[in-house]
Parts: sequence; structure tokens; C-alpha cells
Amino acid sequence: MSLKAFHLIFVTLLTALSFGCAAWAFQSGSVFWGVTAIVAGIFVIVYGIYFLKKLKKISYL
Amino acid sequence: MDIPYTIESRPDTGLYNAKLGIWLFLASEVMLFGGLFSAYVLLRVGAAPGMWPHGWLNVTLGTINTLLLALSAITTLLAWAACKVRDFTKFKIFHGCTILLALSFLTIKSFEYHDKLIHYEIKLNNGTFADGHLVEKSPDFDLAKKTGTVTLHGRIATDEKDLMDLRSPEAKSAKLDEVTVAATDIKSMGNYGPRHNTFTAIYFTLTGLHALHIFGGTVVIFYFWGPGSRMWKTDPERFTNRIEVSGLFWHFVDLVWIFLFPVLYLT
Repeated sequence: MSLKAFHLIFVTLLTALSFGCAAWAFQSGSVFWGVTAIVAGIFVIVYGIYFLKKLKKISYL
Repeated sequence: MDIPYTIESRPDTGLYNAKLGIWLFLASEVMLFGGLFSAYVLLRVGAAPGMWPHGWLNVTLGTINTLLLALSAITTLLAWAACKVRDFTKFKIFHGCTILLALSFLTIKSFEYHDKLIHYEIKLNNGTFADGHLVEKSPDFDLAKKTGTVTLHGRIATDEKDLMDLRSPEAKSAKLDEVTVAATDIKSMGNYGPRHNTFTAIYFTLTGLHALHIFGGTVVIFYFWGPGSRMWKTDPERFTNRIEVSGLFWHFVDLVWIFLFPVLYLT
């Protein structure tokens, strides 16, 4: 597995963490941090798509 | 004599030497951290009701550290990508950023540790607890000889359970003040170091081991950024492989933090 594939796993888990943090923040009554975490999660998804396009030619292996 | 498969992949494994080596190493690391995470779960489910701490760690600092590590994973990838397109200047910039981000992470972590090490819980002879950050110990303070006083910025709790959940409405509304205690009134006293309770023990073990990995990774990345980068001039392909391998290790360390942060800071 190349660094590209491992980075993809990392980005996926970071997205899950962001949305998980959002759920935690909303449950704790902090709307501001909940919204911030959702925005961060969306940003990570956008970054993931960008990086996949950018490293299109590099192998996953 | 040249060592085979330092650049091209070995046909039977499909990997070059260093990549095979790092994945074997990471497999052993998964077992190491997996065992410690299992220990955490068993300690937590085995804790007496109401005796597992909540809200003891600073979520803001933990979040900043998560962001720093996430950014460092990106800069590591970009450094490798820069090597792939033969842009050495960009490699230097991105790997330099990784080093700075890693050092920032360790600095914040050391602040967190310091905060725990100056936080004391004092059990008093009347059965109550004085809990807070150390302000000062009188010059003649000696717990064994029962002389002097100690001053904390914190509060008095009637039950140890009151100190466990700092997210409870009672804990949030508690007024913190300076509390001075005479050594003659102290039954026992200790800071929030690893020996304080099972939570601090597993917290320091997990995060300490993780911080050691961060430190080790930073040393390796610094070497490739500095003296080790001479290989770029003689063997850029092999150097690029080295950057990929160090990046794989760095991503693993970042992944461990992605599990550590919610488990320790949010639950």
C-alpha cells in the first residue's frame, strides 16, 4: 500500500472524526463547535477529492 | 555491490525493501497500541460506578493538537508528491512545515502534562478533599514531619466522586478559590501524575508512548530534511522512497491520535 492509499484512509477517518466531534459538541450543547466540526468535516472531504485528483497518476500500491 | 530492490519493487512481494520493512514494523505497532487500547477498555468497564473521570482533559488543546497532526499528514504527503515531480525546493518547504507542526504538537502536549503534574488532590483528615492547582508550598512544608502549609487554587469536595465528572452542572458551577491547608490536616497528597488513578495511568501511558513516536518520527524527518537530503543529488528515486516510508510511519502515528483524541478527551 502506498502513501497515497494510506493518506486516503487517513482522510476518511479524519472525516469520521470531524462528524463524530460535531455529534459530541451538539450533545454537549455547544452549537458553535458542532457547526465548526461539520464545516471541518466538509473541508476534509473537499480536500480528499482535491488530493485524489492531484495524485491521479500515482499508484495505490 | 548494489543492494537489490531499494528502488524497484521485488516481483514476488510487489514492494521495495523499505516499504516491506515499514509495513512489518507498523503491523507490530498495531499490536502494541491495540494491546494498550484493550487495556484502556478493560480498565474503564472495570471502574467502580462514578469513579471514571470525565472532562479532566482540555478539549481545546486536544483539538488544536488534532489539527496540527492532520496538517502534518498533509504536508508529509505533499513533500512526497514534490519528490515525485522532482521539485526539491517544495519538498524542503513541506517537510520543514511537518517538523514545525510536530514540534508544536509536542510543546502543547508538554503544557498538558505540566498542568496535570501541578494539579493536586489532598485527602484531609476530616474525610474531605482539597483539589486544585498548586499555588505555593510554604518553605517549611514537610508532609512527613507535618509542618508548614500548602496552597491550591481549587475547591473543597466532600466526596471523591464529586471530583470525577468535571462536565457535571455541579462541577461547572463550583467556585474555585485559593485553599490553604496545613500539613497537620493532610492524610495523603498527590498530583495527577500516572500513579494518581487508573485513568491518569493509562492516559500518560498511551499519550506518552504516542509522543515518543512523534519525537522519533520528527528526528527521522529532520534527518531527511537536513543531512539525509544529500541523497537527492545521487539517488533521487531511492530518496523519494525513503520519504514515502517516513510518511507511512507518520500517517500511522497520526491515525493513532485520531483514535486517542475521542477516547481520552471526549468520552
